[in-house]
Amino acid sequence: MTEENTVQTLPSGAKPADANAPLVEVKDLEVTFKTGSGDVHAVRGVSFDIHAGETVAIVGESGSGKSTTATALIKLLAGNGRISGGRVLVDGKDITDYSERQMASVRGGTIGYVPQDPMSNLNPVWNIGFQVREAIRANGVATGKKNIEAKAIEVLHQAGLGDAERRLKQFPHQFSGGMRQRVLIGIGLGADPRLLIADEPTSALDVTVQKVILDHLETLTREKNTAMLFITHDLGLAAERASKVIVMSQGKIVEAGPSLELLQHPQHPYTKQLIAAAPSLASRRIHSSVGEHLVDDVKGPDLLSLAEKHDDTEAAAQAKPVVVSVKDLRKTYMIRRGSFRSDPLHAVDGVSFDIHKGTTLALVGESGSGKSTAARLVLGLEKPTEGQITVGGVEMADASGKALFDLRRRMQVVFQDPYASLDPQRSIGAIIAEPLKVHKVGDRKSRHARVSELLDQVALPAAMADRYPNELSGGQRQRVAIARALALKPDVVVLDEAVSALDVLVQAQILQLLADLQEELDLTYLFITHDLAVVRVVADVVAVMEQGKIVETGGTDEIFERPQEQYTQRLLDAIPGAGIEFGS
Amino acid sequence: MLMYVVRRLLQAIPVFLGTTFLIYFMVFSMPGDPVLALFGDKTPNPAVLEALRQQYHLDEPFFMQYLHYLQNLFTGNLGETFSGQQVTDVLARAFPVTLKLVLMAVIIEFLLATVIGLISGLRKGGIIDNTNLVVALVLSSVPPFVALFLAQYFIGIKLGWAPVTVGANTTWSAMFLPALVIALTIYVTGMRLMRGSVIEAQSADYVRTALAKGLTRRRIIPVHVARNSLIPVITNTAASFGALIAGTTVTEGIFNIPGVGKVLFDAIIKGETATVVSIVTILTILYIIVNILVDLLYAVLDPRIRYV
Repeated sequence: MTEENTVQTLPSGAKPADANAPLVEVKDLEVTFKTGSGDVHAVRGVSFDIHAGETVAIVGESGSGKSTTATALIKLLAGNGRISGGRVLVDGKDITDYSERQMASVRGGTIGYVPQDPMSNLNPVWNIGFQVREAIRANGVATGKKNIEAKAIEVLHQAGLGDAERRLKQFPHQFSGGMRQRVLIGIGLGADPRLLIADEPTSALDVTVQKVILDHLETLTREKNTAMLFITHDLGLAAERASKVIVMSQGKIVEAGPSLELLQHPQHPYTKQLIAAAPSLASRRIHSSVGEHLVDDVKGPDLLSLAEKHDDTEAAAQAKPVVVSVKDLRKTYMIRRGSFRSDPLHAVDGVSFDIHKGTTLALVGESGSGKSTAARLVLGLEKPTEGQITVGGVEMADASGKALFDLRRRMQVVFQDPYASLDPQRSIGAIIAEPLKVHKVGDRKSRHARVSELLDQVALPAAMADRYPNELSGGQRQRVAIARALALKPDVVVLDEAVSALDVLVQAQILQLLADLQEELDLTYLFITHDLAVVRVVADVVAVMEQGKIVETGGTDEIFERPQEQYTQRLLDAIPGAGIEFGS
Repeated sequence: MLMYVVRRLLQAIPVFLGTTFLIYFMVFSMPGDPVLALFGDKTPNPAVLEALRQQYHLDEPFFMQYLHYLQNLFTGNLGETFSGQQVTDVLARAFPVTLKLVLMAVIIEFLLATVIGLISGLRKGGIIDNTNLVVALVLSSVPPFVALFLAQYFIGIKLGWAPVTVGANTTWSAMFLPALVIALTIYVTGMRLMRGSVIEAQSADYVRTALAKGLTRRRIIPVHVARNSLIPVITNTAASFGALIAGTTVTEGIFNIPGVGKVLFDAIIKGETATVVSIVTILTILYIIVNILVDLLYAVLDPRIRYV
């Protein structure tokens, strides 16, 4: 490869005279997947250019074909997929008919790739150094053991891994998600590619880590004049980081253009819908739409207009009785260090809060802040080291056996991953009826009736009861999980990152559903999330957690408009696109 | 790591006591009088019988006999066979033979399992893969003793390519045929493990990442596909090593190999309680040690596993 010298000179070294020719030209690209039930056309006639040094973002829901388009550029489609039409020109040469061997010379050196999931993209049996050196050696960027090692340390430094020297001998499982993502970015940049494809490079990470990594990428690509194509479902992120945004839906480009212009003056209805559904700091609390208007599928919920009707919730919230009361809650884990020593880890360190009936408390924080542990303690799934939890006047520590069983009935939970939280072997009806069975509520017939009622409540057809989880989309599955949580008519529902795994449009629908159910059934929510934009639209009261402690608590508007703590401010600043006014 | 080994060894103590007790109890309950059996058809002098009974503690209650046995075991005295040989001497002669046989079988098994499993996994659904799966099905359905007799008859007697029996000539080449047959009857499990992991590894995200780095298939298959797939195969092979050492009785009987299995078989036929119990005890200890080694090997192969 000749790319190593192109850092200073223009990256057009390998190209003919025309310096303005695009680095990558995609023309009428079509990708087809062969499946058991016929061919699926995942990408249908997509065309765009990427010029040297340019940052382009492809935005869309899952299934829109955005990741498929990106992997088609380096021909790394899944086994049953192929490019069935169109051309991909890299430096003017069509790579669609390249052999695997020829592709090996394009990949890494000309086009680098940063995959989506940091957990599964590093080989668990080789150390980090090995996996980075491999990328450097394969593209001939450096030769000789010493030079390769030095280059490996250099790229890891660039990717933001400060103590790379010390960490080369470590294995992926010893790294956190954020650190692994940096390693993957290091690998992607290892051979100084002229285009870096980053597929949701930060969606698995906390906002603050995300900001650091994206800042790094931006600096790096600017310094080396590397072009970047990044794939995201986050409009704010796209607007903030890319100069050009391409919006995809159902395998087609529906709209493309300069990012700010596109997001402020969207032309296509789909783009408008995406922008309307994306919760941002400017959004307001969602309230029940029941009796106002039904959420119609085309337009999506109009969150802003809904919110304005109810602005007096905080005061009202205080007037209602307290359902969940947590006082000075502590949970300490002993972490082993070596053979005989172990140090205490204060996962939850003196947390107190009250939740009033029919309101939502959002517990916000980064991973490791203790918010999920707090949720498990409240659910009684783990015993607190110290402190009191009172639910509906019953002290949890006093309850045991029958009393605890009854207490559990009044508190239900919805988890983050709708794919993992439903038993694939059981029908939807059986899944929803299980809590009723466990708590011996009703007989077969009445349970059946209740399942239909619940499905109706979460806006799913009653016929769904006979289907199985794998036949459902992510959003439908999450509705099933909510129906299951509601089966026992609980007072309190703990929503543990319940919308974090969903696309913006689906997320908006589920949030609307939750608001409707809250209004209808007078539910109390404990909402655990890392996503502040979501908090803005669901919560009445926000508690910000950092290292096991609540650092700030207050009404949602108050926290967002006048954060008192530096940590809260930092979280708010890290939200992508925070400062951008979206159009509609 | 050290703590883990110590803990595993401590755990081995109740296992050891339990198995030896069970073995001793079962052999004790076998019908027939071992002392009488010693004399065959002759009618012994009752005084002599009594003396022998005392010598072997056969006149004492069962539990006392067991304690005597444990005491002897810890002093390294495994007793004598009825023909007057030290059990330790007999084992010292038989053990290397069995070890040689099993080592050869396990190496052949490992090579077959990894190579065939890899090729089959890389060409999933192709002719090679399907043929291999059918052959594997046939091989795993043939009982080992049938396979051994067939091999002995066709390869040994009809074709004359290998010695029909081994006897005193326990060289590597003389024992190749029985080792190969053992390997063929057990490689199927390992091959399936390898094939399965190879298929899984090929669609793993880290393999796609390796491709995206610009690596060629020639590098990715050994480094990222085969290396990761070896973990279950190696542990399976190591575990079957333990099982085989204790389970070569049939093979050694058919091919007349003077190994541990044959000694054990002869002792059972003769009702030599002490010998049977001693051999089985040694085999138990060996099996426990091999299993601990397998678990430690796992940690060496897979860096994610740490024992504390």
